[in-house]
Amino acid sequence: SSHEHKLNFKKSKEVCLNYIQDAMLQKQWKRAAEFLTFYIESLEKDYSREYMGPSEMIWRIGTEILCHHSHSSMKEFNSFIEQMKTLGVKRYLKVCLEHAFHLLCNGLIDEAYQNLSLAESWRFGEQTVIQDKEMKLIQAYRGLLDYYSWSKQKNILLEHDQDGFEDLSVEQEMHSCFRKAAVNLKEIIKIPGVWDLFVKCYVDLLEFYGDHNEARQVLNEYAYNSKFPANPNAHVYLYQFLKRHGESKKSLISALKILYDIVPSHELMIDFHIMLQKSKKRKRRRLGLEVIFAALDYAGWKENVKAWSCLARQVKQIVISEKHLDWIKQEWNSRKDWWPAFHFSRYLAKRNWQENESLSYEKALVAGILLGKDCKYFKYVSHQGCKTQVQRFRLLKKFVNKHSPVYLRISG
Amino acid sequence: RDFNERCAQCSEVNWGLTDGGRFYCRSCHNVTERTREVVNTDFLCNTRIQTISKGLRKQEKKDGGYEWYVCEGFQLVLKKQAEALEALGVCPQMKDEILCNFWRCYLQKSNQAYCNRPAEETVKALSVCDSSTDVGSEPERSSLQFLCLSESEGDIPTDCSFASSTGKISESTSVCSGSVDGSLYLMDNQKEKLRMTMPMTLSFCYMALLWLREPMTLSDLLRFVVEGHIPYLNVFQHFPEKMKLRGLDLKIFCVESWPVYEEVYNKMLELAAFLDLPRFPDITDSCFLHPDMLCMKYLMEANLPDELHNWTCRVVKKICIGEVDFLTLVPGNRSTRKVKYDVLAAAVIVVVLKLLFLLDDNYEWLLSDFAEERNKNIKEGGPYFEFKKWYKVIKCSLDAEQKKLDEENAKYLWRCEKPLFYSAEKKSKVLKRRQMVVNLQNQFGKLSGSVRPAEKPNPSSFQLSWSEENTDGSCFHGHSLKGILQEKCGVLTAMNPDYWLCTLKLCTEKLCGHLAHYREVDFPHSYHFVLRLFSFLLRIQPSYIHDEVCVIEQKLFNKKLFKKPKYSAGVRK
Repeated sequence: SSHEHKLNFKKSKEVCLNYIQDAMLQKQWKRAAEFLTFYIESLEKDYSREYMGPSEMIWRIGTEILCHHSHSSMKEFNSFIEQMKTLGVKRYLKVCLEHAFHLLCNGLIDEAYQNLSLAESWRFGEQTVIQDKEMKLIQAYRGLLDYYSWSKQKNILLEHDQDGFEDLSVEQEMHSCFRKAAVNLKEIIKIPGVWDLFVKCYVDLLEFYGDHNEARQVLNEYAYNSKFPANPNAHVYLYQFLKRHGESKKSLISALKILYDIVPSHELMIDFHIMLQKSKKRKRRRLGLEVIFAALDYAGWKENVKAWSCLARQVKQIVISEKHLDWIKQEWNSRKDWWPAFHFSRYLAKRNWQENESLSYEKALVAGILLGKDCKYFKYVSHQGCKTQVQRFRLLKKFVNKHSPVYLRISG
Repeated sequence: RDFNERCAQCSEVNWGLTDGGRFYCRSCHNVTERTREVVNTDFLCNTRIQTISKGLRKQEKKDGGYEWYVCEGFQLVLKKQAEALEALGVCPQMKDEILCNFWRCYLQKSNQAYCNRPAEETVKALSVCDSSTDVGSEPERSSLQFLCLSESEGDIPTDCSFASSTGKISESTSVCSGSVDGSLYLMDNQKEKLRMTMPMTLSFCYMALLWLREPMTLSDLLRFVVEGHIPYLNVFQHFPEKMKLRGLDLKIFCVESWPVYEEVYNKMLELAAFLDLPRFPDITDSCFLHPDMLCMKYLMEANLPDELHNWTCRVVKKICIGEVDFLTLVPGNRSTRKVKYDVLAAAVIVVVLKLLFLLDDNYEWLLSDFAEERNKNIKEGGPYFEFKKWYKVIKCSLDAEQKKLDEENAKYLWRCEKPLFYSAEKKSKVLKRRQMVVNLQNQFGKLSGSVRPAEKPNPSSFQLSWSEENTDGSCFHGHSLKGILQEKCGVLTAMNPDYWLCTLKLCTEKLCGHLAHYREVDFPHSYHFVLRLFSFLLRIQPSYIHDEVCVIEQKLFNKKLFKKPKYSAGVRK
């Protein structure tokens, strides 16, 4: 590489920055700090024209170093951040916010709360308007901390209740926390975004004070408002709420249907399947089969005994009733090329048998029906099972043998 | 001294010189309008000028400063630089006589002093600016405002309003500069005047050094500047307290980049011509700057065998670059190509290495293997020079030094304690910033762990040194070239029969600024390595040395080239 023998201010600071970055990537914090001391003078040439100027660089790099350096303390960190706050008006609220996060991560909840409150009261002409988003976030997090206080008060109250105490001051404080929290939480979740934690807390508050309607509305908004980004959790929260309040199967199913569309591998798919299975409506049972097959398409579900048992049960049911075999055929059609290698290899047969007998049992049933009694998986497992003289395997073998023609109809 | 008129008042002939360069009668203190002009190019003047007074002077301004002119500032800079050079061992004559007189000559030629100076002109020029209120007028004016605005700091934009009121010179210009003529200075870029700049101060220094034939090359000088031994960066620290730098002065006196060899060198030539200097003192073969001497120095520094010196002298002689007339600078003479002594010497060494070792990434290693064999078996008579060993030793050192240098560059500090502010209004902001910078530096400095070496290294002419006392055999000065030489007709020649030219034809400097176009990938690795070595020592790009190598080769193989134009790039000697 050619070495430039010319050097100017800008170039030398760029080079310095490279050294800092290298040191940081290699976690050499002392070295990073050393080079940072030489970079710092670029603050005196900070024209704030670049996308990320020296003051922002120093803030970010300094924070990283102080977080990781062995000799740095919280006190040093705080004093550093206070200086950073004075550096750039345009960034003031962002620095405050991140400072608060840092304090929270270090368990300094009260300090974080103070910081957030202080930041909330900041006013600076048109900057206040420009930094409106950060301000909302600051208020939201303060609201979250209010919720946290409320929660603590609530627990104290419940304890006292048990002990027979009555504590008015605690109760009042609790209610005041509630009011503060509710206002801010409500505000932030109006803005399209991902606010899982905030929503949960807000709903918790509402439920405690009995405002179920508001809670349901909030959750519906969060889940169904198209302005909000698609968020599986929103549907989960809604579902859980509906379940808590004993809503109809129909509404539960419709809530989970969307979750299925977004995340077919979600753990709630089992609940969903079970609900669908129990339904009298044919369409729902059909969907149930689809759901369970879809879940098992995912590697994370390969060893899920419950899932396999669900599938096995429904398959068994269909085979016995001899109705709706076409359902299985339809589902199997797109899977017959890869499920055998994916789920039913000989290797897996051995492993499943060794590690989890129940798993192998359920899988063997499914394999036997879908691939016939001569498939590797079924043969191995049933053989092993019969060898060890486990009752259910003998029954399994009988069952599959009995219904072996089914396989021909499915695979054709 | 050579003014022989009778005084108008007292008829005496007893003249002295005021600070302003005007004659005054010592008997009756009558000051005349006559100014002393520097007519003789003898440079034997003894007076030393500290300040230049212009008549309207030393009026205290609001911020406690006095009026000063830009050339005063530069004069101070030169003074400091001369003092530093003296401290480095340059003879005191340089400061007291040579540099001083060059400077005075410059001031006179550029009409800044020692003449009927347009203080009136200044007013005229300014009033032109002041009075015109048209939007479309004065492109310089708008560019001036742009200059003002581009210095804005921090989040809040500065407000530099160009003076619109008529008023005294000092008032109307002090808004945009602390010096009286700062804004004018920047606007006035006439070629005839050769406007002074910070890099040009180094041109002055080098010119003086060359005149005195001091043992300091331009690359040495520039290296000392970068290492901080010669004031250049932040030299305004040395200005007196009352000499306030504001606004556009910053653009004139603040340096934000290292001086560039080419720039300083070319400016020096321009300057010498501008000052109408005569032929410089002869560079003879006993001078440090003579290629024979410089080659010796560089050979030592490059850890090459002393025996190579015979060869460099032979090449120098053959192409006549050791001649007095070739080496001595004659300002204004455009026909002769100007000599860069350091680059020339380095290039000669490179050519010699090519002559003896070919440097085609093959032959030199072959020769080295032979030498190694011989060295293993025969112990008396001293070791033969092994290229491979030398390469390893040098590469190791070079890489280490380069790495150190790169880190030092990354750690280069540009600011100093003395804060600079654009205008009085910005002062408190700048000071606050400075305070924060110092705080942060302290905070992270403590986390750095190691103690920072506070002192800069001692200035030294040699960057690499090798000692024969080292028993590890890493010093090659005394090694013999016997293994690669042979005797033919009583003359020692290289065993290497071949040579490859760096280029068949030189480019013209006028077209693209270069004589050749060096790209690392086009040349053998060993060649590049050698260039890299000297590039490091001289702190210039390898391409500059390559250019010079091309020129030398053209001279050396001139006859052969023109005899058979269809030659490929390999030439038989």
